[in-house]
Amino acid sequence: MSVFKKLKLKNYMMIIALIGIWIIFEILTGGYFLTPRNISNLFRQSIFVSLLAIGMVWVIVLGHIDLSVGAIVGLSGGILGILDVWYNFNPILSFIIVILLGAVFGLWNGYWVAYRDIPAFIVTLGGLLIFRGILIGITRGTTIGPLSDFYEAIGKGYVNKTLGLVLGIIASIILVILEMRAWKRRKKYNLKALSLKLEILKLTVYISLIMAFVLILNSYRGIPIFSLVMIALLLVFIYISKYTVFGRYIYASGGNKEAAIISGINVKKITFIVFIINGIMAALAGIFLTSRLDAASVASGNGAELDAIAACVIGGTSLMGGIGNVFGAVIGAIVMSSLDNGMSLMNVPMFWQSIIKGLVLIFAVWFDIASKKRD
Amino acid sequence: MSFILEVKNISKEFPGVKALDNINLRIKQNEVHAIVGENGAGKSTFIKILCGVYPFGTYDGEIYLEGEKKKFFSPKDAEEEGISVVHQELSLFEEMTVSENIFIDFNLVNKAFINWDFLNKQALKWLKTVGLEHINPTTKVKDLGVGEKQLLEIAKALIQNPKILILDEPTSSLSVKETEVLFNIIKELKNKGLTFIYISHKLEEVFKLADTISVFRDGHLIETNNKEAYERKKVINLMVGREISQMYPKRLVKPKDNVVFEAKNFNVYNKFGRKVVDNASINLRENEILGLFGLIGAGRSELVNSIYGSYKGKYVGEVYFKGEKIKINSPIDCIKHGIALLTEERKLYGTIPTMSVKDNISLLYLNQRKNKFFVDKYEELKEVSKLVEQLKIKTSNLEESITTLSGGNQQKVLLARNIMVLPEIIIIDEPTRGIDVGAKAEIYSLMNKLTQEGISFIMVSSELPEIIGISDRILVMHEGKITAEFDNINKNISQEEIMHYATGGN
Repeated sequence: MSVFKKLKLKNYMMIIALIGIWIIFEILTGGYFLTPRNISNLFRQSIFVSLLAIGMVWVIVLGHIDLSVGAIVGLSGGILGILDVWYNFNPILSFIIVILLGAVFGLWNGYWVAYRDIPAFIVTLGGLLIFRGILIGITRGTTIGPLSDFYEAIGKGYVNKTLGLVLGIIASIILVILEMRAWKRRKKYNLKALSLKLEILKLTVYISLIMAFVLILNSYRGIPIFSLVMIALLLVFIYISKYTVFGRYIYASGGNKEAAIISGINVKKITFIVFIINGIMAALAGIFLTSRLDAASVASGNGAELDAIAACVIGGTSLMGGIGNVFGAVIGAIVMSSLDNGMSLMNVPMFWQSIIKGLVLIFAVWFDIASKKRD
Repeated sequence: MSFILEVKNISKEFPGVKALDNINLRIKQNEVHAIVGENGAGKSTFIKILCGVYPFGTYDGEIYLEGEKKKFFSPKDAEEEGISVVHQELSLFEEMTVSENIFIDFNLVNKAFINWDFLNKQALKWLKTVGLEHINPTTKVKDLGVGEKQLLEIAKALIQNPKILILDEPTSSLSVKETEVLFNIIKELKNKGLTFIYISHKLEEVFKLADTISVFRDGHLIETNNKEAYERKKVINLMVGREISQMYPKRLVKPKDNVVFEAKNFNVYNKFGRKVVDNASINLRENEILGLFGLIGAGRSELVNSIYGSYKGKYVGEVYFKGEKIKINSPIDCIKHGIALLTEERKLYGTIPTMSVKDNISLLYLNQRKNKFFVDKYEELKEVSKLVEQLKIKTSNLEESITTLSGGNQQKVLLARNIMVLPEIIIIDEPTRGIDVGAKAEIYSLMNKLTQEGISFIMVSSELPEIIGISDRILVMHEGKITAEFDNINKNISQEEIMHYATGGN
């Protein structure tokens, strides 16, 4: 019990639940679910929702919502298709243009929410209709493809296996250095720190997870290129949340807006920036999805905002604002993808998939609320 | 003489505070019974017990209505037995019509479908009883004046056919004229046989209206008597008559002569456009604790929030810091100049409940450092720990949520948040509201020490003992105006004198 408490296992409840889901699917699919090939597929599928969820967390932490990200995904993909296929733009240039346009879409939402005090629900619902409308207009309702090779690499490429292994080892070494430095400083400042034994155990578990990730993916085709982008962004977002004033003020503004204002925090500016960041993330997700499908279509990204919101909520983000973490949201996205993937493997009809995902969402939140009440 | 209501041995405790201590009170049939007392004397708690807001079982003692013992588990129970309340904060639905508000309780309509023609006619009848016959029942409530709203509340209460009607500070937002109208209605209803319990701290009103006066102080019922047995001075005496205890530390420094801060000619209007602060000016000397006293509705909080740039209504006024005029558009400007505000509403404007003790303390500090982008967690922790030690904040772990702390420790956290950025002036609104006695003394001694370190305080308070106990100088506000100034260097101003000006005397 004491070990349970020391390691704060409660914080890992979602991961434990995820492992539970995996085991259930492994049994139900007769051992296919956890093959390297399927795990590779699963991770690739989860990248899209993960990207959206990473951007959405801060929006929800601020007490807002963004219903337009699915439409931004579609519109970014459409613009990418037009630039790449119709006009043969340089792929890197079109990549940059689409990202900048994503920022503009986010800026549009953020302006109305932050500076004109219109509820985010309304602004982004309007945004959804506007962006989707623009998409249909500029693509004339057609599907545009195939994209140039650069995008095929983004959507379907894998990291060279040796390079993947090297990256895994480098990541492990960096982790050990950072973790030990933090541990020493905690000791130095007389803070609660794990005993050296537990610390080493924790590090061993982390390193095994990293190496297992690399080795399993390597035994199929390697690490999907874009999963590295997603992981890098995840780390950046976690860092900003924890170690920057901006991150701290996002959480403060969401926790008590009035108190934040009295404390001189520019809540409007923070809200504005967070919506812009979310627009960029949605554009990035749009580029990834379009690359993976090798075509831009009018319907792409439909309903993706709901998956992203669900991933955040399953990952412990509170719609009341103030509470939520980026890592949890990615776990939530993987939970959603696992359900999709597992049920598809089992040939569960689509309608059942939808029903079950809905139930899991409700139960996850109920579990969270119930466990908080017990505290 | 028959008594319509009798309460026996009523006591009520909140964590750490005894709000009511063994109250025995009898209300005569068909009288206006006024209850007076300072803020925090226990009047509101008493009313909430009478009308079922604090249900039976959450307090000790018994309530007898017309000789019969009653247990109220909800306001509904009390209403059905004949006790109705018009609370200080109006509880009307602004976006609904007058008759919708009157008949909001559908048990009275008692039908699945509503015949609005019929109800509008009925509404008119009730409006007539409170002198509002000129109001169209289909008018939206938001289009009524404050006085009319107050009367509408009474009409809404009358429809329950109460035996006793409790009015809690009914005139706090009314003009003189509106107050007169209200009084005539009350007298009329009294003549028709209704009994009133009237809560107020405006003594002129009480003397005009009441038959009997009860004085509450610190949760005790001090005295009940006929109005004729009192004069104004005696009531004030009874309201405040209490020794200033050892709680207040001897001041460590004397204020200097130089003025560090000035707010000139502040006029503040609330969101209904009513003037709540009338041409008020304040100056603060170095190392001084300036007490700003006023009863509820005097405009104290409105004034200091306007000075700080955080008031939500309209306001005009000039602020001078060390002789130089400064422009304050928002709290950021004040913070930059080293002016801090600790608000009265800790929960609403102070603590961030989703964050830890540490994060709550370092909130202001983070963007007042040189490095405005990155947080150095260890430096942050070191600085926060120092303050936690200095202010003796009792917490087992700095990473714990702030909501686990007691009210007193939460207040210390907010004080820590503000002194972490080394301000020169701290405006502190009701520094000890909802705090137990021990923590109060600690807050006072902290303020005392901080003045020694060069900080000057404006302390807004509605607690007389604390105003007299630690202020060097006292300003008194009444109805938006600063009505008196006292030099309190020797701490020998009498509470009666201050209360005289705070209740509208001159």
